[in-house]
Amino acid sequence: MTTADAGTELADDLFGSPPQGSGPGAAPAPADDTPMKIIPGVSRGDRVFRIAFRGAGLSVFAIMGLIALFLITRGAQALHATGWSFLTEQRWQTATHRFGVGAVLPDGIIIAVIALVIAVPVALSAALWISEYAPSGLRRTLISLIDLMAAVPSIVYGLWGLIFLTPRIIGFERWAATHLGGVLPFLKVRNGEVSASYSQSGFIAGVVVALMIIPIVCSLSREVFSQAPTGEREGAYALGATRWGMVRTVVLPFGKGGMIGAVMLGFGRAMGETIAVALIISPVFAITWHPLQADSNSISSLIALRYGESDKLSLSALMAAGLVLFTITLLVNMVASAIIARSRSGAATNE
Amino acid sequence: MTLIDIATSSGATGEGTAYLDAATGQVRVRPGAITTADIGTLAGAAVGALGLVWLVYERIMPWSGALGFWLCWYVMFLVFYWGIARTQWEARHVREKLAAAMFTGAGVFVLVVLVDLIAYVGWRGEKAIGHGNFLTTDMQKTGPLDGLNSGGILHAMIGSLEQLGLATLFAVPLGIAAAVFMSEIGGRLARPVRTVVTAMTALPSIVAGLFVLGSVILTLGYDRSGFAASLALTVMMMPIVTRAAEVVIRIVPNTLREASYALGGSQWRTVWNVVLPTARSGLTTAVLLGMARAVGETSPVLLTAGFSSGKNSNPFSGQQVSLPLYVWNYVRYPQENMKIRAFGGALVLMAIVMILFVAARMAGGRRPGELSRRRRRQMARDRVRIAATHPARPQAPAVTPAPTAAAIIHPEPEPAS
Repeated sequence: MTTADAGTELADDLFGSPPQGSGPGAAPAPADDTPMKIIPGVSRGDRVFRIAFRGAGLSVFAIMGLIALFLITRGAQALHATGWSFLTEQRWQTATHRFGVGAVLPDGIIIAVIALVIAVPVALSAALWISEYAPSGLRRTLISLIDLMAAVPSIVYGLWGLIFLTPRIIGFERWAATHLGGVLPFLKVRNGEVSASYSQSGFIAGVVVALMIIPIVCSLSREVFSQAPTGEREGAYALGATRWGMVRTVVLPFGKGGMIGAVMLGFGRAMGETIAVALIISPVFAITWHPLQADSNSISSLIALRYGESDKLSLSALMAAGLVLFTITLLVNMVASAIIARSRSGAATNE
Repeated sequence: MTLIDIATSSGATGEGTAYLDAATGQVRVRPGAITTADIGTLAGAAVGALGLVWLVYERIMPWSGALGFWLCWYVMFLVFYWGIARTQWEARHVREKLAAAMFTGAGVFVLVVLVDLIAYVGWRGEKAIGHGNFLTTDMQKTGPLDGLNSGGILHAMIGSLEQLGLATLFAVPLGIAAAVFMSEIGGRLARPVRTVVTAMTALPSIVAGLFVLGSVILTLGYDRSGFAASLALTVMMMPIVTRAAEVVIRIVPNTLREASYALGGSQWRTVWNVVLPTARSGLTTAVLLGMARAVGETSPVLLTAGFSSGKNSNPFSGQQVSLPLYVWNYVRYPQENMKIRAFGGALVLMAIVMILFVAARMAGGRRPGELSRRRRRQMARDRVRIAATHPARPQAPAVTPAPTAAAIIHPEPEPAS
């Protein structure tokens, strides 16, 4: 809302509707005892200011439009060469015109889903802890620390995942593959005796991506939780609820929309995560139904590992893959924003 | 089913403490207080689980590894905690205790991961930083087999700072202007702009790099350079600045704007002399957080900056390496020294991010309109100076019936205190 608008509205409320025409016929006769109409004028400086800043605001449309435009035009050659099979083809052989995102896209989704399965319970619990259980003197520090975790560069997560986490998590992977593989077939690993079968797997990449999206999901949902109305909280306590009872009946229902939105935003972030995934996995062009096993892939790591290729068609194919990623993340984020805006908590936080 | 768990407040639940207040002679109940039973239950479950898991994990089963150990310990701890609590308290109270323990566990886990991340990078990177040449030389004359007393990250630091500076130069005016548009000018377009900015904050960073690669480098035909990288960083940084800036501009009190308009200020004057200065500390935070995010971005830079092992301080021509790219490149060498160099680069990068982050938090500590200590001192000095230069004010007329409206709005400056 702008103050100038408010002024106009106020003037409208006080003095009736604004003048429809500016001709002399519209003006009241001077003898009438009518109040003077106030028409807030806009000076030339203000007009320039408004145009310039509106231009800055609209530049975001230009940037997004240019991104879409360049991805489409540069990717057109590859899309033309393959047609719709670009979405289903699993191989990536640009020389023979057999390439597509049929394998890298599902692999990327698998990594993102693993990340979500780990990140969501931890992030929501941590958000509840910070907003409801942690000592109030500590709260600001904790919020800052979570924000700091979100600001840690992805290359640092990748480095940590590759060199610190990988050797330490292989034991767990091996245990899960040997003992749970019989019950849950997707945990099986070929050549399970060798520890090299477990490194560079989609699961490790998923764990690292989970750690990267925990702060995002956590801080978004914490913000929603902290907006739960005090009156309802106190009502629950007054009825004798324990703290968990209050959280379950007031905070969680209030924050449901915000939580779903936060999780979807986390999913979008996990789909787009590049460097940590590209460092950890070794690329393969087949759908990995066994995420504990070495080799996986995702669109963004495909681009990061192959951008150096020099022939035009390969680059065009990468642009087309980028276009697919761009479209998917855009859709996911739009849906997430809509869910947040429609929920009760979102309506409170959005405007 | 009742919607709300009702906790009985009788002493049998063990919740809280009750004691006799000597002064009033009344029994006072403190329902939230931590009792010895609470601490004992917690400690007992923790120690008991530790002992059992150690016995089974380390002595009986052929397992090893700290990760699995602590995972088992946490599960065992929850089971023990539930069991011990169940012997003394009723079900609702046990659920409450268990929920608190689980949430605290998740929070502590996140903090442990953060500390481990920073400590591990610091520990490994310290070996490289310890050599004085690491911060002062580039990699021009260093091969993969050379010792750590050769080679460094000077060129990467120069590249990072230049690219970050250029990106800040582009993104901050644009971002703040867009935020001013959304909150001050508004209109029908403000809402779609906000939606697009939100979508842009979630833009995969690789797509930003791909965009600059496809437009500046492939279509316009420029070589990879620090400038191209800074354009990609601008695309990443601008929406972050915009969103954060819009929030702080919006909490500038409307009365300040109205006061400015009432004094005859134009909208431009109001924004420039009232709104933006009032929001200054919040805007600084927005800019610094955007910078902290941009300096660590790897994938946009990877596609657009190229790589150089020597110093190139001109961002407009020639390929230019930056810190994230340095790490990305050298961690993939098999040689241990190269990995240590990568950790050294990551440590410096983390240090830059943390400095920016702490500066942002310090700048953002003030509410809009709250003056810094320095500004308050300056105003006090000004007041003394004014009082000194105008010692004798013209005396008001002897008969002043009541303070006029003008005197209420413009009260005379108080003498310096």
